[in-house]
Amino acid sequence: MGKIYRGGKEIMEYSEKVVDHYTNPRNVGKIEDASGVGEVGNPVCGDIMKMFIKVENNIIVDVKFKTFGCGAAIATSSISTEMIKGKTLEEALQLKNTDVVNSLGGLPPVKLHCSVLAEEAIHEAIADYYRKEGKLTEEEIKEKCNLKEHHCEHCG
Amino acid sequence: MDTIYLDNSATTKTDEEVIKAMMPYLVENYGNPSSIYKIGRENKKAIEEAREKVAKALNCEPNEIYFTAGGSESDNTAIRGVAYSYKSKGNHIITSKIEHPAVLETCKQLEKEGFEVSYIGVDENGIVNLEELKKAIKPTTTLITIMFANNEIGTIQPIKEIGEIAKQNNIVFHTDSVQAVGSVKIDVRDLNIDSLSLSAHKFYGPKGIGALYVRKGVRFDKFINGGHQERNKRAGTENVAGIVGLGKAIEIAYRDLEEHNKKIKELRDYYVQQVTEKIPYVKVNGDMEKRLPGNSNISFRFIEGEGLLLNLDLKGICASSGSACTSGSLDPSHVLLAIGLPHEIAHGSLRISIGKYNTKEEIDYVVESLVEIVGKLREMSPLWEKFIEEEKK
Repeated sequence: MGKIYRGGKEIMEYSEKVVDHYTNPRNVGKIEDASGVGEVGNPVCGDIMKMFIKVENNIIVDVKFKTFGCGAAIATSSISTEMIKGKTLEEALQLKNTDVVNSLGGLPPVKLHCSVLAEEAIHEAIADYYRKEGKLTEEEIKEKCNLKEHHCEHCG
Repeated sequence: MDTIYLDNSATTKTDEEVIKAMMPYLVENYGNPSSIYKIGRENKKAIEEAREKVAKALNCEPNEIYFTAGGSESDNTAIRGVAYSYKSKGNHIITSKIEHPAVLETCKQLEKEGFEVSYIGVDENGIVNLEELKKAIKPTTTLITIMFANNEIGTIQPIKEIGEIAKQNNIVFHTDSVQAVGSVKIDVRDLNIDSLSLSAHKFYGPKGIGALYVRKGVRFDKFINGGHQERNKRAGTENVAGIVGLGKAIEIAYRDLEEHNKKIKELRDYYVQQVTEKIPYVKVNGDMEKRLPGNSNISFRFIEGEGLLLNLDLKGICASSGSACTSGSLDPSHVLLAIGLPHEIAHGSLRISIGKYNTKEEIDYVVESLVEIVGKLREMSPLWEKFIEEEKK
């Protein structure tokens, strides 16, 4: 189940947790009156993640996602929504891609970029919330949310 | 859960008749074919009988057939062997952009070794552009290597015309026919083919055995040094059981060709018709007429192929995709890009390759599963959401 063969170079296998999450992804969908929306990735690369958050009293009370991508992209999106739901914005910003990978029981090396996308999507969604809130300057938001240009080796 | 195997371009289930023919050579007939005593001589005879069967299928002489370990070895051997044998005449090779990696990577390696390679494009239906081919020919061209049928989109190339062009220009013509042998009638004399690769496991034979046809008079370097096997070209004790299996498999394939092709093509056409009728926003890739009977390649817009394959796998369905995640690189299939598909549509491609053991019930189950899976993945896709919102406007 979930085995990926890559030209005989390596055989990767998705963990049971990854299979579970791409089979039954949690929190799929959109939030119509979202407090913040973050979209990262590029259709050329074959991965796009869109994260919707609902914030009340600095706490993420609801989160939903939409993802175009492989099994690992769907699984990382799914598990990271579970990991930030009910957390404060500061706690959610602490979530690292390695935490996502560990929670999934590991990812094949070639799929690690999917977990980076998940982290970036969360940061973008929170940044969008701060922008809408209008209390912080763009510089402050960038620093607080650690925003970077999307660093795909492929589309540059 | 039963396995529904629809990846017959990747490999096929070995035919029972083939296994039966091979068994004695795996059990009691263990003699070395080069030995002088009876159990050796008899195995030599079995090899030569298999060689005759291959020659008969291709309409060539048995001594124009060399057994190899498979399609990739045959391609490597033919291309490198011809390139180096004719090096005094020139160093230019012509191939196409949609070749199998066994050909493309061999050509790239030859470029590193000082050869010059031209990669000919294809039209939007996946057929090699003959005008471009003619223009690419130089006085230094020694080899044209263009596949008979494509492994991803199944398109059958104008082999006879290419053979004619090569002949007129006194250039050796090799064709990787791994996908075509067993599905298409091939007469190497009539088609002006100088060299051809085939692999048994693509037509219900065993894995690890293939053959290379090289027309008498065409020079190519020996490829494994050692004993005198395969007329001094490929040393090593022969894979007797494999060779016997290959012989049996090619015999069965051409004995039953018309009956199987009719059934396979009907199932393929039914599948394509059902999918295009029941699922919106799909694109059928590759020419539908000049095409292998069992091949289909359809892009499902707004979704990615690996997610599709994983969900099909959960339902016991084996298929393949040209998405980057399944190609082993960051780019989607080079074939789909060569026919001009944008990256995002290439990522959502699904190859279903039908074989002689498939049934209409299986196709119905696959179509039903696809309706459900594509629907589910599109609901999850931000590209789909965006598209629907724009449609509403």
